[in-house]
Amino acid sequence: MKTKLTDITDVVRSKNSGPYELTLDIMFKTFEDFEKVCAAKAINEKLICDLYKITPDKIINIIDFKPAKSIKVTIKRPICSGDLGETDVYGAQQHAPLLDVVLDL
Amino acid sequence: MKEEFRILSTTAILGYGFPQESFDEGMKRKPDLIAVDAGSTDPGPFYLGEGVSFTDRGAVKRDLEIMICAGIKENIPVVIGTAGGSGAKPHLEWCADIIREIAKEHDLHFKMAMIHADMDKEEMKKALADGKISPLEPAPQLTAENIDATTHIVGQMGVEPIMKAMDSGVQVVLAGRAYDPTVFAAPAIRKGYDKGLAIHLGKILECASICATPGSGSDCMFGYLGEDYFRVEPLSSVRKCTTLSVAAHTLYEKTNPYILPGPGGHLDLTDTTFEQDSENTVKVKGSRYVTAPKYTIKLEGAKCIGYRTVSVAGTRDPIMISKIDDIVEGVRARVADNYREKGYQYTLNFTIYGKNGVMGDLEPVKDAHPHELGVVIEVVADTQEQADTICASARSTMLHYGYEGRRATAGNLAFPFSPSDFHAGRVYVFSMYHIIEVEDPTALFPINIVTL
Repeated sequence: MKTKLTDITDVVRSKNSGPYELTLDIMFKTFEDFEKVCAAKAINEKLICDLYKITPDKIINIIDFKPAKSIKVTIKRPICSGDLGETDVYGAQQHAPLLDVVLDL
Repeated sequence: MKEEFRILSTTAILGYGFPQESFDEGMKRKPDLIAVDAGSTDPGPFYLGEGVSFTDRGAVKRDLEIMICAGIKENIPVVIGTAGGSGAKPHLEWCADIIREIAKEHDLHFKMAMIHADMDKEEMKKALADGKISPLEPAPQLTAENIDATTHIVGQMGVEPIMKAMDSGVQVVLAGRAYDPTVFAAPAIRKGYDKGLAIHLGKILECASICATPGSGSDCMFGYLGEDYFRVEPLSSVRKCTTLSVAAHTLYEKTNPYILPGPGGHLDLTDTTFEQDSENTVKVKGSRYVTAPKYTIKLEGAKCIGYRTVSVAGTRDPIMISKIDDIVEGVRARVADNYREKGYQYTLNFTIYGKNGVMGDLEPVKDAHPHELGVVIEVVADTQEQADTICASARSTMLHYGYEGRRATAGNLAFPFSPSDFHAGRVYVFSMYHIIEVEDPTALFPINIVTL
């Protein structure tokens, strides 16, 4: 079934994790949806690579965190925070492509 | 059973403020410690490199005034971590100066420990040569040149220097760069409480009410550390801690929510449980501290790479918008050609809002059709004058650039301001983000005691 990620989540956000990494937190509304997404491995390397136009070596990890019914994706920043060419020092506006995601669950 | 160690955390970052009522609620709970974290690398490399605070002096003074007056009056230790936001010498002095001012104005007399976190460049070069410094992936390898170019190098202290400072019987501890949880954890560990739980509690308290719902970066939070658990309670009646809000906070700004590395070891949250203790309070158990075979300290540094001038403009012309990439390249080539003879070293960057101004290379939308674009022209050069010259040249060239199909021959850009160009001053980049192996966790962090 096609499901919009925004329909089953409470929080979708991005932030620096140190100046070299960007971390994306996806927090689900219910444990049921969280488990379903985890079981289907719906948030996976390919999805992240397609969304952010990056190669798999830029993905540091994709981790399920059950206590917060969340999935966390951490990627390497294209450049270190504040280097020349920076567009988002805090990394707080890099979540947006996730809001358009439609999963097949 | 061991009595609970009680901690009042005032705000997420010193200077972000907190309601007086929340603080008073916290004082009613008879805290053993009043503490606050003042630091972050989030605002970027400038503040560390330049030696200035990213928080406002008046706002920091307001927060400290309430904390220090209450702490001294009730004989409760006050511990402040990463003074001035970045925790190098000028930041520490800046914050110490505010505290001196408060002491004088309120006629308070007490002993304060100042813990320095600045790293000596020669010692760092020696450590580098001895193979004791390694990059925190994905940071690049360190070089001696980068150490020399760095204006301020700080190390993130662990709990040990703060514990040592408290042993000297001071009422206020003002620490330079410190691992965020330490200001909350060190006094508890010193009293014999479990290190894993103390540091995990510190991790939550360092962001104060951000772990509550609704979250806030400018409200207090109260922590109770027991023998094999801790509890967190918000101090404003509008907030609640829920198992979800507290667990979710564990994810915040972290790479991996189960393994949280810090000075001398890591926190392992694999077996951590979160349970609702009362309507607004959450109880946490099972967090473990794992000591590393070698004690390492994180190093941070920033270096100046030049001076920045920026110009802000916009365009509403659909023909211009459709050709923006070619126009930018044309302007870039024109400017390069005009100044070829001068031999200026500069970086000219165009940030195009409406296209990929926020996400840059990560932007997946490649075929947007915006009706207007924002343009930020940015130049970084060796001197402010050179940056001004290149920025002015790029701005005027873009304003009158004769692109193919142009109808609007009076000017291509709308400027919101006069003057159109702005000095942004010195530009810094992070030059160090590494770890160093140490024998003694306190050796790099000298403490001096001042009497006010």
